[in-house]
Amino acid sequence: MEKVIFYILAIIMVTSAIAAVSSRKMLRSVVYLLFVLIGAAGLYFQMDYNFLAAIQLTVYAGGIVVLIIFSVLLIQHIEMELEVAGKYRQMISALLCLLGLSVFLATIYSHPFEAAGITSTTTTAEIGRALLSFDKQGFILPFEVISVLLLSAMIGAIVIAKGGKQIRQPGLEKIDPERILQKISEEVKEEKVPEEEIGV
Amino acid sequence: MIPGVSINEILTLTSILFFIGVYGFITRKNLISMLISLELILNSSIINFVVINKYLYPELLQGMVYSIFIIAVAAAETALAVAIIINIYRRTGSVEVSETETMKY
Repeated sequence: MEKVIFYILAIIMVTSAIAAVSSRKMLRSVVYLLFVLIGAAGLYFQMDYNFLAAIQLTVYAGGIVVLIIFSVLLIQHIEMELEVAGKYRQMISALLCLLGLSVFLATIYSHPFEAAGITSTTTTAEIGRALLSFDKQGFILPFEVISVLLLSAMIGAIVIAKGGKQIRQPGLEKIDPERILQKISEEVKEEKVPEEEIGV
Repeated sequence: MIPGVSINEILTLTSILFFIGVYGFITRKNLISMLISLELILNSSIINFVVINKYLYPELLQGMVYSIFIIAVAAAETALAVAIIINIYRRTGSVEVSETETMKY
């Protein structure tokens, strides 16, 4: 039963990952990414890591995907079609990826993994103690560093997104006083010449 | 561990996901699509950490804690990337890779 569920999850994840990188509509590829992330959360549930699955669902599927959807909606229309690389380039990169995948698979299947065979449930209290302990296996320093990192990333995101007040449209060029003066003088000259001709 | 599923099958799944992400990163020309491919790559590496922890060292917590840290870093990275992309769009009016050549105005 669990094997069947795992294979169903794997098929869903692989097909929606392929759709996410090959769909020509941006919003659809974000939704396919959401399917991949939810499939990964299902894998964690199967492996009895409930806390990690909850984190995956809230942070990834709830936070990051919504952030990307917001940026897509801010940047372009929903039904806008994307540019894709040429056929030649697609073939070359697919071949390279298959080559790398075959190297990975050869390594994985030639290495003798010694599975422990014990199933132990990890409770959330154990994770909390591991994150906040000072012992040899504790993670108190990385935990503090990651909180500082999150704070600085938040401040940086606000500063970057607020900065840059000049709004420039694609066709509009930068305003340059000298160039405007030149244009005006050229226009004046062009206007003067026909008048003189008429006068003569 | 998942009964009846060996570690090789899960590692195969994650390497397939990883290379799909690499393929998307190479072939896409849009910054947001590249961000999506990056999320695929990060996610497959997180699954690898968790699987190796669960199958080979089930009494330890290292892989689990590392994957929590990777998720936190990925969230920070995505927030910054979206801020930068929106700023680039405001300045140049496009998010194509070929049109973002200069980093400073």
